[in-house]
Amino acid sequence: MLLATGVMTLPSRAAAGFASRICQATGLVVDVAAEKVIAANVVAAIVFMVLGGVSSVLVELTRAEWLQAMAPGLYYRALTLHGMNMLIYWIIFFEVACLYFGCSIVLNSRLVGVRLAWGAFGLMLAGALLTNATILAGQGDVLFTSYVPLKASPLFYLGTILFAIGALIACGVFFASILVARAERTYEGSVPLVTFGLITAAIIAVVTLIGGVFTYVPAFFWSLGLMNLDPEVYRLNYWSLGHPAQQINLAAMVTVWYMTASLTTGARPLNEKLSRFAFLLYLFFINLGSVHHLLVDPGLTRVFKVFNTSYAMYLAVLGSMIHAFSIPAAIEIALRAQGHRKGLFGWLRKAPWGNPAFSATILSMALFGFVGGTTGVIFGHEQINMVHHNTLDIPAHFHATVVAGTTLAFMGVTYYLLPLVLRREVLWPRLARVQPYVYAVGCTLHIAGMMIAGSYGVPRRTASLAAENAQHLFAQPAYWGLALLGVGGTIAAVGGVIYVAVVVASVLFGRQVPASAEPFRLAPVHTVGGVTVTSGVAAKEHSAPGALVLVFVFLAFFILVWFLNMWRLASVWPVS
Amino acid sequence: MALSAPERIWWKPLGRQERLWVGVSLGFLMILFLSMPLWPLIEKQNTPNEFYRVSPAQFTQLVTDFNAKYKVGAEGGVPIVRPPPGDVYLAGQQWRWSSILELQQGKTYRIHTSSLDVNHGLSIQPIDMNFQLVPGYDQVLTLTPTTTGDFALICNEFCGAGHHLMVGHLRVRGCCWPPA
Repeated sequence: MLLATGVMTLPSRAAAGFASRICQATGLVVDVAAEKVIAANVVAAIVFMVLGGVSSVLVELTRAEWLQAMAPGLYYRALTLHGMNMLIYWIIFFEVACLYFGCSIVLNSRLVGVRLAWGAFGLMLAGALLTNATILAGQGDVLFTSYVPLKASPLFYLGTILFAIGALIACGVFFASILVARAERTYEGSVPLVTFGLITAAIIAVVTLIGGVFTYVPAFFWSLGLMNLDPEVYRLNYWSLGHPAQQINLAAMVTVWYMTASLTTGARPLNEKLSRFAFLLYLFFINLGSVHHLLVDPGLTRVFKVFNTSYAMYLAVLGSMIHAFSIPAAIEIALRAQGHRKGLFGWLRKAPWGNPAFSATILSMALFGFVGGTTGVIFGHEQINMVHHNTLDIPAHFHATVVAGTTLAFMGVTYYLLPLVLRREVLWPRLARVQPYVYAVGCTLHIAGMMIAGSYGVPRRTASLAAENAQHLFAQPAYWGLALLGVGGTIAAVGGVIYVAVVVASVLFGRQVPASAEPFRLAPVHTVGGVTVTSGVAAKEHSAPGALVLVFVFLAFFILVWFLNMWRLASVWPVS
Repeated sequence: MALSAPERIWWKPLGRQERLWVGVSLGFLMILFLSMPLWPLIEKQNTPNEFYRVSPAQFTQLVTDFNAKYKVGAEGGVPIVRPPPGDVYLAGQQWRWSSILELQQGKTYRIHTSSLDVNHGLSIQPIDMNFQLVPGYDQVLTLTPTTTGDFALICNEFCGAGHHLMVGHLRVRGCCWPPA
């Protein structure tokens, strides 16, 4: 296809039969109708991110303990708002945008069922607004997990059901568009890796949303007093939704890593077979891991817990380990091919660190891998879970995965979506350049603070430690951790504000992108037939010694974290 | 380029570095996996695996009988209970614990735990051991406190407006306590 070979076959698309334009930067055929739906979903994502962001500042300034920004009742309300808007609305609206991008523009094709896509958007928006209104009205102080028998207004569950139906329709539009693109032969052979990864995410999303139906429909009828619901059955059903939703994020994030690695350095997948196999491992095994939320629950046997939480013997984790090598290695090979060959890490020093999409990708990979990934696997270990369950270690883990990982990666790719899809020049490029660093530093401190406090046993989801303080329960460093949580969270919020400001300003006031203006050069750029095309560099060498050293450092760190946790577990009271 | 269709034949053998990394990773992950089923042979900290169905009303009765039998005092309206090694009943409810347990170091107790209303967390601090209480289920923690001192029982599962107030006590005394 054109990007791989640098050969343009534009004329064939002229008679495409749908309103389209040729992207001046990538040479891709852009379906104008798809572009509008994508833009709407991105805008909605960012609006809900602002709502989640405002509540996140309130939450973190309350947890910083010395500040106590909010009274307990308001804290739990803000925490519910924060969880729903960040984990569901921001991320899923953005993912729907990514899905539409991957099934139309990436395949040089059109979005099928544009009206359905708008219908899905309407349902998701209505659901998100209904649930948000219910929470703000004080009728849904049940936190993100809404564990039965803690009861919210039926409207809380109804909003979530509407949102889920909308998201399910969006997945349908995605699959239909891919089938049509295949039938219309808009691409040849296999789908691009990015689309492959998005298909993985979408299949996981369908499974997740079916779990959502089994969770929220009974909860809705239960809240109306029409049926009984076993609390443990609810927990099991809930986590067939709650964690797989994060696995959609994982698959989408890894896909975005591949995409931004390509766009910023011209990297090509090291081995298509291996990368696709890794996505397949996600598909088969990753949702089993959801049971790690239930490791210290009654009602489930040991064998069930061990098999499931090991993601079937950690085969899904192997998928992540593969990506952990294949993406940095692809970047290394691409940069070496561009002449940055000095030493083991010369390529890394010469990498485009000023390009926010690149820096966001690398920072996202590092924080996700070293912090989010290792802690996820280890806290989900059957026995080790006992010394972490529901302490602040848990939010430390998932802020490293979905915030420092997914959100940062999505922020990075936005700097490409702006010119490529929204057709706006990125305003304030210097601000955009520092944004990923500010956000990553903030996240790192925030997560470190939670991890420190959590390692002393400080509980999560708790408005105030006054009762614990009366017993002088936690050592002083736990409070330094809580203070760091507040400092880091505030810095991250500044990074978030910069992101939103740059995006909103660019959308509202940015110039339409002309052919020549590229705020962040898509490297390396060739011009073919008067059209600028980024193409992968044909690498002669197929060796990435630097990336190999990096992943072994990562493995050593992983093993160290595991041993420390085993040691910690062995130091508590015998229990069985 | 990840955004473009791969070349016609992309089913290619892995390079040397990829084989090395996949092999080493898989080996480590298998060891990690085996550490879960094998841990009981090495150490004594294992996730509880004994549970029964129990209604909140039944469990309330069990707790009331247990507290009446072994009560030695009260603190802030909460009974202080000093049971012998064996079955112990502990309930969580919005937003308190059913008793202050006084246990003996080195003795093994079968602590039946349940919730009388919504989900609660049972977090023993600062030793940092955490369990889930779900209404309708009795989960038995076969626990041997090996260190003495005053510990706190913290609810670490959100359980409503007073969640942060749900902090109780657990005391572990040495072998020769209380004096006969």
